[in-house]
Amino acid sequence: MHQGHKHFIVGCAIVLALSLILMATVTNEYVFFATYVVLQFIVLATAWNILGGYAGYVNFGSSAFFALGGYAALVIFKSLALPLGVQILVAACFTGLLGLGIGLISLRLRGIFFSIATVAIAIIFETIITNWDFVGGAKGLQVLRPEPMAPFTSYTKMLFFVMLLMAIAAVAIARYIENSWIGRGLRAIRDNEEAAECVGVPTLKLKLIATVVSGALMGAAGAPMPMYLSFIEPVSAFSMNYSVSALAMPIIGGTSSWLGPVIGAILLGTVQQVVTVTISSEINVLIVGVLLVFFVVVAPEGILGLVRKLRAGKGGAK
Amino acid sequence: MFTWDLLYGALVFGLLLGCFYAAVSIGLSLSFGLLDVPHIAHPAFLVAGAYGTWWLGGFGWDPILAGLALAPLFFVLGVVMYRIYYAMFESRGSDAGLRGLAFFFGIAFIIEVALILAVGVDQRLVEATYIGKSIDLPGELRVPMRLIVAFGVALLLTIGLMLFLGKTFMGRAIKAVAQDQIALALMGADPVKVKQWAFGIATAVTAIAGALLIIVGPVDPQLGRVYIGRTFCVVVLAGLGSMSGTVVAGLILGVAESIVLTFFGASWAPAVAFGLLLIVLGVRPQGLFGR
Repeated sequence: MHQGHKHFIVGCAIVLALSLILMATVTNEYVFFATYVVLQFIVLATAWNILGGYAGYVNFGSSAFFALGGYAALVIFKSLALPLGVQILVAACFTGLLGLGIGLISLRLRGIFFSIATVAIAIIFETIITNWDFVGGAKGLQVLRPEPMAPFTSYTKMLFFVMLLMAIAAVAIARYIENSWIGRGLRAIRDNEEAAECVGVPTLKLKLIATVVSGALMGAAGAPMPMYLSFIEPVSAFSMNYSVSALAMPIIGGTSSWLGPVIGAILLGTVQQVVTVTISSEINVLIVGVLLVFFVVVAPEGILGLVRKLRAGKGGAK
Repeated sequence: MFTWDLLYGALVFGLLLGCFYAAVSIGLSLSFGLLDVPHIAHPAFLVAGAYGTWWLGGFGWDPILAGLALAPLFFVLGVVMYRIYYAMFESRGSDAGLRGLAFFFGIAFIIEVALILAVGVDQRLVEATYIGKSIDLPGELRVPMRLIVAFGVALLLTIGLMLFLGKTFMGRAIKAVAQDQIALALMGADPVKVKQWAFGIATAVTAIAGALLIIVGPVDPQLGRVYIGRTFCVVVLAGLGSMSGTVVAGLILGVAESIVLTFFGASWAPAVAFGLLLIVLGVRPQGLFGR
């Protein structure tokens, strides 16, 4: 495990170094604009997996956390004009609190009832935002980007870098949770909550940790969105596409490990970017749906499971 | 802003609408309430039924006739879908929850996007002799004929399904499989076959309810999202598997939504069903007439 830890840190350092070189050499803004989306999906998918993959509580309302992160950041920016870092922090705190609420709901509701409740929360918040004029209501709001901060030459590059740091942080958090007592406890809850409770696993505490961390990360992923798009509007911010992607990416990559959502997000996120540009955005959404159903039916362990099976097959042949 | 006339109007509309909500939810009451299948794609099938009705309407078919014609096709679809669900998830047990949910969620999403690709995001309407007219009720209230027709068909559909479940052999077998699957198997009946029938019937009913959906108002591919709230609200409020409860719950939702619509405005209406659902889940998860 110690060896793996070292590898992980080296891997993160390499990714960071490569992106710094990329930022210094590439001038085409679109590269960063597109990569930002993939990174954002890494955060979103990783966050979903902490609750869905480890603990087995399926969140269908990821878009609500994502959008409310964006709206929280917008409120901070519009009323106090605070910098991006503070916006993200506040957004994460706010959606973390919302996560706490969801965690308390999970006290009474399991399985499909929990999932339906998350959809309900998403729609209720969308309705509230639609009726709130300060943040633009149904029409949405144009956002003027401020000047980028000191070392950055453009705002898009700055957003890219911030999202990269968040992606690394999210993955590190998920990896820590997975390998610690929290992850073991959450897996016990997923396999059999009553049994876990009976042998003394603190199920409530663990579930609350999972929902708060998951919610906060989703909100953080959405917080830079108003700046990224220079615009925010409820229908697209609360779009079901985010909820489906947040769930499809870990399931396609494999929910058992932190690596699964990362693989799923990079793979699907990249395909989506390419398809959106070359064909149409509806087709890319369709691809996500079809892949989701395909993997759920044919390869329930995701890509990680397929790789593991392949390796086991080879090992057996020796 | 409050007047008694407005309240009276809201109540009448709510009751008409409520019966319609019961009809769009009764298929889910069967598939989710009785069979315990996490059928989150139910509203998507509803919208698909509405679009099938619209498509047939293009050839001059009456919407209700079109809904009836679609029912056998939807029956087959339902049977096939249950077979896949059973083979892939239900028979495997343990991990079925998460994967089964993701499966139906994916199906719902595919239907929605396929509809967008096929017909676009515009709202669609159907035409019939009874659409566009209205009749006068006592108290100077004008009610659109389309609501009355939907109300009548919804009532027939719901009562028909209740009679089927209570009086026929197959209907009783479906109730039995919901109560005790192993006991049914010991009696020599195949529970999977019974459930497959039930799921097919639930989906066929959804086709007819889809026709009502487009009679009541214009339909767009993303309408399914709102109906996740409405249908699950009705089924959970009713108490899982209770058919008569479905009617009562539908009426409660219809009246609640109609009152909010009248006194607070249309932009708050989508939250009513979901809010009511959250309250029921929090306060009385077994519903009004729960098992």
